[in-house]
Amino acid sequence: MWNTVKPNPRNLRLWQIALLLLIFALWHLLTVPGLVRPFMFDNDQQAAFFFGEPLKVLGRIWRWFVSDGDIYSHLWVTLVETVLAFAIGAAAGLAGGLWLALSPMASALLEPYVKAMNAMPRIILAPIFAVWFGLGIASKVALGVTLVFFIVFFNVYQGVKEVSPVILANARMLGASARQLLRAVYLPSATSWVFSSLHTSVGLAFVGAVVGEYLGSASGVGYLIHQAEGVFDINTVMAGILVLTGFALLLDGAVGSAERRLMTWQPQRGDSIKR
Amino acid sequence: MAAAASLAPPPALALHDVACTFAGNGAGRPHYTAVAGVSLAVGAGEFVSVVGPTGCGKSTLLNMGAGLLAPSSGTVSVFGQPLAGINGRAGYMFQAESLMPWRTALGNVLAGLEFRGVAPARARGLAEDWLRRVGLGGFADRYPHQMSGGMRKRASLAQTLVLDPDIILMDEPFSALDIQTRQLMENELLDLWQSKKKAVLFITHDLDEAIALSDRVVVLSAGPASHPIGEFVVDLARPRDVAEVRNTPRFVALHQAIWAVLRDEVLKGYQQQLQPKGA
Repeated sequence: MWNTVKPNPRNLRLWQIALLLLIFALWHLLTVPGLVRPFMFDNDQQAAFFFGEPLKVLGRIWRWFVSDGDIYSHLWVTLVETVLAFAIGAAAGLAGGLWLALSPMASALLEPYVKAMNAMPRIILAPIFAVWFGLGIASKVALGVTLVFFIVFFNVYQGVKEVSPVILANARMLGASARQLLRAVYLPSATSWVFSSLHTSVGLAFVGAVVGEYLGSASGVGYLIHQAEGVFDINTVMAGILVLTGFALLLDGAVGSAERRLMTWQPQRGDSIKR
Repeated sequence: MAAAASLAPPPALALHDVACTFAGNGAGRPHYTAVAGVSLAVGAGEFVSVVGPTGCGKSTLLNMGAGLLAPSSGTVSVFGQPLAGINGRAGYMFQAESLMPWRTALGNVLAGLEFRGVAPARARGLAEDWLRRVGLGGFADRYPHQMSGGMRKRASLAQTLVLDPDIILMDEPFSALDIQTRQLMENELLDLWQSKKKAVLFITHDLDEAIALSDRVVVLSAGPASHPIGEFVVDLARPRDVAEVRNTPRFVALHQAIWAVLRDEVLKGYQQQLQPKGA
């Protein structure tokens, strides 16, 4: 019996869903007043006050998306900020990484500055960006870019440094010019590094957007969460976090599908099948 | 000698008294002179092999001939012209995997033609033709990781030869292959060379392979500062079959003569490898 039900590659998705349902069920059981005798708090309202109630959280999401339909403008703002931060940061990181990796002198000159900028806690720049770029989307994009840039930058730099010297010498012998080397060898060789960095940076682009909104804005999901926290509406805060998580997963999925399309040349784990 | 050289056509590839010293790191590791005082010429259409103990700087010689490495002293000339930068008339087959893993077999063979700006339709025709010639006609859309080691070497061979280079540099190209695949590839190489008659500089540590393939075998001394210590003309009839030619009396005699020179150097090379580096 257990052998057919226990997690295996075929029913993995079912198990993942079951785990999610289990978490929600536990959450429900432990927070809804009156279901379980309070063992941590003084009365049965407090658990709901601190952790929210999953049914109310889902109801909030339902109202946002369906019955009231008032989240779309906020979500749109957050998504625009995230996508802009992601695109600009990734492009700049790619260009910067390629440049420094291929130009030893520039790399030697800028190395301490790059290290310092990376070590700096850049979230703290958010208020400064708000002063520089105002409370609109520009300041959030700027914050997201500073977060995304370094992730992509270091990965591209590393990726270019690790290009196989034999493949490089071979391409040169085949007659590749400097520009052709960049396009035909360095860029494809760095793509696997770039994609692994993009997965990390999608999440960070969201962090930049939401933290920026949280610190000062008039729209966006971060703004909604901030408003809800102001009145201790924990259910709305949780709902906002769930919505953001869902959209971060969607963006990550988009990066993943682009990766699968562009990286067909990579050996897949388990090219052989078991019968 | 000088007068004769000026009348005869210049060799396809000539190294004149070249030396190559690699810089140390300034702290502990001293400069290392891989080769010194090497003069070597490969005539147009000639197949020359260089044999020597491991680590004697064979690859260094080839890299200088390819223009990937500038000699510390001495000159390299290609068809009489001094070489500066990459040797555009040479094709290079590397010992290590050199195919671009993100390109298919066809894409890899096309690469050089693309770099040289050959029209796409013509390039495709040439590349497909060469893939068929090396027996990979049905594997054009395979990526390197989907091919066996032998298939990858064939693809490399096609990638090099599709550009129709006048000089072919080969650095132990078949050393990673099993003996059967290797003999097949050697025979194919000889067939291709026979029909095109390019200058070939072939590096190997396998004396059998060197004699079976070449017109001339050059023996290099053990490093550091290795240099040619013997040169043997291989007067075996062509066309040859690399497996059969090994049983002829002439092959055995040549093998003995060259091995007599090579043996001491191989022993010296071993001694050096056993000693710790920098001692």
